Amino acid sequence: MRIFVPCDAAAIALGADKIAAAITAEAAARGINAQIIRNGSRGMAWLEPLIEIETPEGRTGFGPLKLADVPGLFENPAAHPKALGLVEAIPFFAKQQRLTFARCGVIDPLDLADYTAHGGYAGLARAISLGAAAICAEVKESGLRGRGGAGFPTGIKWETVRTATSDQKYIVCNADEGDSGTFADRMIMEGDPFSLIEGMTIAGIATGAAKGFIYLRSEYPHAIRMMNKAIALAAQANMLGDDVMGSGHAFHLEVFVGAGAYVCGEETALLDSLEGKRGQVRAKPPIPALIGLHGKPTIINNTISLATIPIILEKGAKHYADFGMGRSRGTMPLQIAGNVKHGGLFEAAFGITLGDIINNIAGGTASGRPVRAVQAGGPLGAYFPPSLFDTPYDYEAFTKVDGLIGHGGLVVFDDSVDMAKMARFAMEFCAHESCGKCTPCRIGSTRGVEVMDKIIAGIEPEKNLALVKDLCETMKFGSLCALGGFTPYPVMSAMNHFPEDFTKPALPLAAE
Amino acid sequence: MQRDWNQQTAEAIIARYEQVQASLLPILHAVQEEFGFISETAMRLIATSLNITRAEVYGVVSFYHDYRQAPAGRHVLKLCRAEACQAMGAEANAAALLNRLGLDWGGTTPDGRLTVEPIYCLGLCACAPSALLDGELHARLDAAGLEALAMDAA
Repeated sequence: MRIFVPCDAAAIALGADKIAAAITAEAAARGINAQIIRNGSRGMAWLEPLIEIETPEGRTGFGPLKLADVPGLFENPAAHPKALGLVEAIPFFAKQQRLTFARCGVIDPLDLADYTAHGGYAGLARAISLGAAAICAEVKESGLRGRGGAGFPTGIKWETVRTATSDQKYIVCNADEGDSGTFADRMIMEGDPFSLIEGMTIAGIATGAAKGFIYLRSEYPHAIRMMNKAIALAAQANMLGDDVMGSGHAFHLEVFVGAGAYVCGEETALLDSLEGKRGQVRAKPPIPALIGLHGKPTIINNTISLATIPIILEKGAKHYADFGMGRSRGTMPLQIAGNVKHGGLFEAAFGITLGDIINNIAGGTASGRPVRAVQAGGPLGAYFPPSLFDTPYDYEAFTKVDGLIGHGGLVVFDDSVDMAKMARFAMEFCAHESCGKCTPCRIGSTRGVEVMDKIIAGIEPEKNLALVKDLCETMKFGSLCALGGFTPYPVMSAMNHFPEDFTKPALPLAAE
Repeated sequence: MQRDWNQQTAEAIIARYEQVQASLLPILHAVQEEFGFISETAMRLIATSLNITRAEVYGVVSFYHDYRQAPAGRHVLKLCRAEACQAMGAEANAAALLNRLGLDWGGTTPDGRLTVEPIYCLGLCACAPSALLDGELHARLDAAGLEALAMDAA
């Protein structure tokens, strides 16, 4: 009997470790030979902990499981109150197009044989036979764009590093996933860490870089442990080291743990942090592709971009590019979060509308109240009202309505949300996380909090709203990086789409 | 449990990173893991060992939210305050808890039992609100669940 109990941090936060122990004890007490496999998460967060039992028909699911539900798994599973049927037939899962996350939740994340049995390292094998120039061409042709948020074509970045001349080049993975509402990086590192290792190794061969770093945020202790274990296993199997897969290429990889600074998700601040300094943003140019880590040509890509590389090389650029719309090719792992009925990770081709995601796939709010706003793209992303729900999920379509898809996070709010408070929070968060290098971000965010406080208190709202608008313009065009530059997105979108929240009458002092 | 300051232990930690090109952050993580915080004495030793100024070490320690310059309580509870948790009522839950404990964000109970700090995103956004107690994750924490978690940490 094979039973799958996720080791994903979300499942563990909901008791998966205790359930795994209880299943082991229950099986032993009943004299049943049960093999427990700690898989990654399938991404259906509302069902976590989601346990699966292997049957001849496929893997059947049970969740959200509590300790008291464990004995029933060994009696009549089909009649179990938490039985979900075949996991892959659950509509939320069945509707997806999983490319990057094809193995996540399916395999044992630390079983290299399981990984290769599911297509792992086929991409690297093909990459080795293609050679550097052809790999870069393939990545360009796939249309893959940076999944961290900027959406820059990955292949062009790689080509720049490949053609740069240097004795030393680096591959850096940006796994500093600080955006609220996002967890795709965490899930892939915990559920399929070899895909990231393979993607980075391919990047190394494509550009002549022999050293890679994964900059991983300290808020993800499980992902840190998982990546370190996976790197050690890959090195043992000669998939990392001086002679990767017997190809003659060297590639070494290590994890570098962040220290709780959101701004280090900005690529140049990340490089400074990786060099052991304060994580302060660098002025560009020079671009990191030419002068990056320790002054050397450096590829710095998001975790999901890199973890998508293996399947592009395995199945070919065209297979990937055939998904999507316009200039947004391939799939995006959407992360549906906040006040949502069916939250989790939903990988789909670009082009699906926001309303389809929120209302049909996610089933509206968890509270059962109407959806009022969706923040797309993390704390620097715009708030969308339901009137914009016909917007297709696509880089350009989102830009057109003054939004951004960012790293793919969608945070749902019901009608109890106060959008003036959310606008204030955006400024407060920027003030909290500003690296301090440029004035619009460092000072502007603090002034922004003060002015928002006046608006919320009903003090000269018209004059102060005009002031916030002016401040947002300054921050947007005068900041050095996206932290100060994009904080105006949540602020302005809240003001534009929910003006009624910004013009409340002044409260009598005693009411607070 | 964190140990009292010990020069030899600290020197051994620093020596572990001798071959590492940019070792300051990993050293600070390890020193904090061992002693619970990064003291002035620790900063002096690290500066001397790495042949950098004390200002550089202090600059890094004070920049990153993870590093503390004073000991925390016996238990550290980090509550997520980011948007996804806010959408599920985290702010009200946190306010009620802080009120009950008589603390502000970052404060420690007078008996040194518990420190409550904000954290911006644990990546558990689809099962919010979430919290981290002494390195252990908790999700779908309603007001009662949070209070039980905070009060049961002895």
